[in-house]
Amino acid sequence: MPPFVHAHASHCESGVMSSLVRHHGLPMSEAMAFGLASAILFAYLPFMRINGLPLVAYRIAPRGIIRRLNKDLGFGMRFERFRDPAEGTRRLDQLLDEGKLVGLQTSVFWLPYFPPDLRFHFNAHNLLVYGREGDEYLISDPVAESVVRCARADLEKARFAKGMLAPKGLLYYATGKPSSPDWAKLGKRALGRAADTMLRTPLPFVGVRGIRMLAWQVGRLADDAHARLYVGNIVRMQEEIGTGGAGFRFLYASFLQELAERTGYRPLEGLAAQLVEVGDRWREFALAAARMIRGRDKFDSRALAGQLRALAGDEKKFFGELDAAQRAWAC
Amino acid sequence: MRERDVPQEGNATLAGNRKAVYAVADDGKVRLVASRGWEVEEIVTRQAVQDLERLAQDARARALAGLTSPLEVHMYRARMDLALLSQTTGLWRWRIRRHFRPQVFARLSPALRQRYADALGLTPEALGRID
Repeated sequence: MPPFVHAHASHCESGVMSSLVRHHGLPMSEAMAFGLASAILFAYLPFMRINGLPLVAYRIAPRGIIRRLNKDLGFGMRFERFRDPAEGTRRLDQLLDEGKLVGLQTSVFWLPYFPPDLRFHFNAHNLLVYGREGDEYLISDPVAESVVRCARADLEKARFAKGMLAPKGLLYYATGKPSSPDWAKLGKRALGRAADTMLRTPLPFVGVRGIRMLAWQVGRLADDAHARLYVGNIVRMQEEIGTGGAGFRFLYASFLQELAERTGYRPLEGLAAQLVEVGDRWREFALAAARMIRGRDKFDSRALAGQLRALAGDEKKFFGELDAAQRAWAC
Repeated sequence: MRERDVPQEGNATLAGNRKAVYAVADDGKVRLVASRGWEVEEIVTRQAVQDLERLAQDARARALAGLTSPLEVHMYRARMDLALLSQTTGLWRWRIRRHFRPQVFARLSPALRQRYADALGLTPEALGRID
């Protein structure tokens, strides 16, 4: 097995998976991993609350990228969970001694190398462990620019954090080699799946309908401290927690370009350019919201709701055209 | 977002780190660019941090006045709320709320103290102190 090479990525799970697949011999960019797993999404989840504020997700549920890529590329990913933290740490050490590259789900709050202001109780962070030196683990955290180290006790605490999306010590590793796939076939299916989720999920809080539902909620906000926290939370989920909404749109655009190049299916290039513009509009929404939170502009929940409704329209148009392009793709 | 528009505003919440973002380069390709941060992110992150700091300060003032126990202060300092502390310790919320009463907290068994200390990443001694 060649030595492990760290790569900076914008999202933890796609970063971990692309690194892992590359390490096992198949070249794969973060964007490709993200796109092939149809990881792009919008979901407004008012029943899942962190510190009293609703969860807004811009990508599929944790472990979705790992599971889907594993299925499509067939490299025998094993998942293990532990009831006892000591047992989880022992098993991690054992796998590392065998020379395995091990993925972990952790909380970000208990990872000491994270910037203090970004340490919240978010339990679905992913990272890779590629070695150990005494009581320190050698970690490739895709959202960090270079590799980091973490002490045994800290990593154990981060792996066994409790609460929503508790990782329960989850670790995963490949047992086989990923096969080189039929990119056109996988790509077409991945596009169809993404469009389907965004346009036709029969739940009012997922996809384009989810954006509308959020717009409706934002439009009802009064002008008070809670409203500012609520809107700030949407933007924070969008921009700060795992790349966020606009970031995921740019990442997916990169995937469309790469897929077009690899398969020669040109219509995807136009769609990529269109999605970059949608991403820019998400950023405009974030900027407008931040200015209101800071008091540079008057707080105007209706204006923000209007921006969100326009975004719902943009995304409906984009995913509709993506779906059409995918159907017209003969492969 | 064009590559030259990628914010490099030295976001304080990143503590000197750079995050990877994707942007359109001059040749039209979307590529990964390292960013020093965007003020918008800083505003919303600071807002969330400050809200928890405000809750901790408020609890501290009440603890010093004998109206609540140090447990509530440490809960907010660990960026938790009642729901999360309940999930982390496996104790019912009403029990934790009862432990917010200084008289009840003072009589807490060593086992329970240890449980709270583990959940909050403190030593049992530090759990009883506020500074």
